[in-house]
Amino acid sequence: MDLSIAAASPPRRSLHRFANPGQFLRLAARLQPWLTWPGLLLTAVGLAWGLFYAPADWQQGDAVRIMYVHVPAAWLASAGYVGLAAASFAALVWRHPLADLAAAEISPVGAGVTALCLITGSLWGRPMWGAYWVWDARLTSMLLLFFLYLGHVALVRAFDDPVRGARSAAILALVGAIDLPIIKYSVTWWNTLHQPASITLTGAPTMSMSMLWPLFIAALGFTLGFGAIVLARTRSAVMERRLRGLMLAAAERSQPSASRG
Amino acid sequence: MTHLPFIAGSYAATLLAIAAFGLGARQRLRRATIRLAALDRRAAARR
Repeated sequence: MDLSIAAASPPRRSLHRFANPGQFLRLAARLQPWLTWPGLLLTAVGLAWGLFYAPADWQQGDAVRIMYVHVPAAWLASAGYVGLAAASFAALVWRHPLADLAAAEISPVGAGVTALCLITGSLWGRPMWGAYWVWDARLTSMLLLFFLYLGHVALVRAFDDPVRGARSAAILALVGAIDLPIIKYSVTWWNTLHQPASITLTGAPTMSMSMLWPLFIAALGFTLGFGAIVLARTRSAVMERRLRGLMLAAAERSQPSASRG
Repeated sequence: MTHLPFIAGSYAATLLAIAAFGLGARQRLRRATIRLAALDRRAAARR
C-alpha cells in the first residue's frame, strides 16, 4: 500500500471528494429521481389542493389561491440565493471545482423563480390593492434580488476567461446576499402594503391549517423540483466541460499532423 | 370584480415556468449524455 498517496488524499468526509467529476456524476444520477418524481408529485398535489379544495379567504375570496404559487416561488427565490451565495463562497474560499459550475446553474433558475414570484405577486396585487405594482419595500427588495440573479448570469458570461467571470460573479453573489435580510424584514422595518409574515419560527401560524397544508406541500414540491432542475443542469455542465476537454485534446493531437501536411 | 383571470394567469405562468425549466434541463442533460457517450466510444475504439 502506498502510504504517501494515502496521506496526501483529502479526508473522506471533505466536500472535495465530490470534486471528482466521475464521482459527482455517479452520485447525482442516483439522487436525480429522488428529487424529480417527489418534486413533481408534491407540486401537483399542493397546487391542485390549493386551487380546488382549500377554502377561500373570508376577506380576499378566491384570490387567496394565488398564494399557493406565489409563496413557494418567493421562498425559493430567497432559498435559491442562499444556495448561490454558499456555492460562491465555496468557489472563492476553497476553490471547489464544482462550486463555480453549480453557481452558474443556480442563477438562471433562481432568476426564473424570482420572476415568477414577481409576476404572481403582481397578479395577486391587482385585485387586492388595485395596482399591479407599488414601490413597496418588499416588492422593491424582491425586484433587486431579480436583478442580482440577472447580474450573476451576465457576469459569468461576460469574460473570455471563464475563471475571471466565475470569480466576479461569485463576489457579486456574496455582496448581494445583504438583500436577503432586507427582503425578510422589509415588512417589519417599513410600513408596507405587503402583508407581514403569516408563518414565523417563534409564533403560531396566523392562517388556518386547511390552507397551511397545501401551502406546505406545494413549497416542498417546488423546493425538490428546484433541486432537481439545478442538479440536472449541473450534471449537464460537468458533462459539457468534459466534452470540451476531450474535443480540445483531440484537436491538439491532430494539430501537428495538420501543420506538417 | 372576478378574480378568475388573475388566478388562472398565476397558475398558467407557474406551469409554463415548470415546463420550460424542467424540459429544458432534461433535453440538455440528454444531449450531453449522448454526445459524451459517443465521444467516449470513439476514444475507446481508438485505443
